[in-house]
Amino acid sequence: MLDFALLVQYGPALLRGFGVTILCWGAGCLIGMALGFVLMLLRQLPVKPLRWIIRAYIEVIRGTPFLIQLFLLYSGGPSIGLRLEATTAGILGLGIYGSAYFAEIFRAGYQAVPKGQVEAALSLGMSYGSILRRVIVPAMLVSTIPAIVNMMAILTKETVVLSIITVPELMYEMQTMAAETFATFETILGMALFYWLLVEVVSRLGRRLEARATRFLTHASPQGSSSETATARA
Amino acid sequence: MKFSVIIDALPYLLGAAVTTIWVSLLGVLLGQVIGVIVCVARQSGGRAADMAGGVYVSFFRGVPLLIQLLLIYYMLPLIGIDVPPLVASIAALGLASGAYVSEIYRGALNAVPHGQSEAALALGFPGQSIWTRILLPQAFRISVPALVNELILLLKASSLISVVGVAELTRTSQTISASNYRPLEIYLAAGVIYLAINSALALFGTLVERRLQQA
Repeated sequence: MLDFALLVQYGPALLRGFGVTILCWGAGCLIGMALGFVLMLLRQLPVKPLRWIIRAYIEVIRGTPFLIQLFLLYSGGPSIGLRLEATTAGILGLGIYGSAYFAEIFRAGYQAVPKGQVEAALSLGMSYGSILRRVIVPAMLVSTIPAIVNMMAILTKETVVLSIITVPELMYEMQTMAAETFATFETILGMALFYWLLVEVVSRLGRRLEARATRFLTHASPQGSSSETATARA
Repeated sequence: MKFSVIIDALPYLLGAAVTTIWVSLLGVLLGQVIGVIVCVARQSGGRAADMAGGVYVSFFRGVPLLIQLLLIYYMLPLIGIDVPPLVASIAALGLASGAYVSEIYRGALNAVPHGQSEAALALGFPGQSIWTRILLPQAFRISVPALVNELILLLKASSLISVVGVAELTRTSQTISASNYRPLEIYLAAGVIYLAINSALALFGTLVERRLQQA
């Protein structure tokens, strides 16, 4: 079985790799969410060609393998003058990949905001900007938390694919270690257990967050209006 | 951009796409079998079976597919089964898919009204035929959209088996672009082929769904 001396020897590299994994994941999720949110907003504009383009973008990203997208960005990029380092390409790739899914998640959340709330805000004289910020986005975020968490767990798993374009993340370091020590099977088994745990932790934290954010849906809140509409939907 | 590059590579890419398609189909078929068995075992096999099934589902949904693939690829020789990469890949895709499929069926079974199996019991159906004649056919019908979606996901996931050297679409694109130094054109072409296959699958799914609704 796995020799503990090996862990001491390769510990720093593995730890560094884990750092890169977390960096890619975190930055990828942020870019994905930001881009997805912008795409969702642009889709609400009454400009038909823009909607088609965004829809095509989402369909293309969701219809092709993540690995092909990475290869296009990392190996194909230099042909059009886009020279990226592996890690940058990995983060950008994760972000682009995630953005299509997040855009759809946010769109569903946007549509689920009760029309009456928006109309009420309009009749109170709120501007579109503040309706978005104070009415739509909060309601949208709460209703889409499960989907967002799920997508973040999926992106956790996708970071492993980055090792194929030589991003020095955990999987890559692990494969280096496996190749140097010949303890291939043990290392991969260890890695499987580690990722199993990691994805479980992400999902658990997500469920906690969901419970925390939706507390007002089940308990009667002092502001009758918000709890009323919310429970009616739930 | 040089389109002649794509045209030259197209026969190879299409040939590789065929490999991608049938590897994914075999993976999905294996996943179906495993998924149904796991689902039925978890529902009617007692607590031990339910727990074992739960661990299986949790593991194969929680661990990245690439790691599962490498695990199976390196594990089989260790326990004395020496199989070509292709077989290990199909096994990995099937095992991963089985975990998702069993959850799809679980959801679908919950959607079959409880009164139906009670009615079958009252009519004296033996336990086995309640499954094969009442529950599973309906669960299948309910889960068709999810299953087609699963097929599309698996087809995309099958690009990962390029890592163990199976000459499917992704691997072939890698090989070609390594020899002609035209990665942009080749990967674009590969992407378009994946997109075309997935769109066709989605269309097929809609047709099957419509057909089943008529029944």
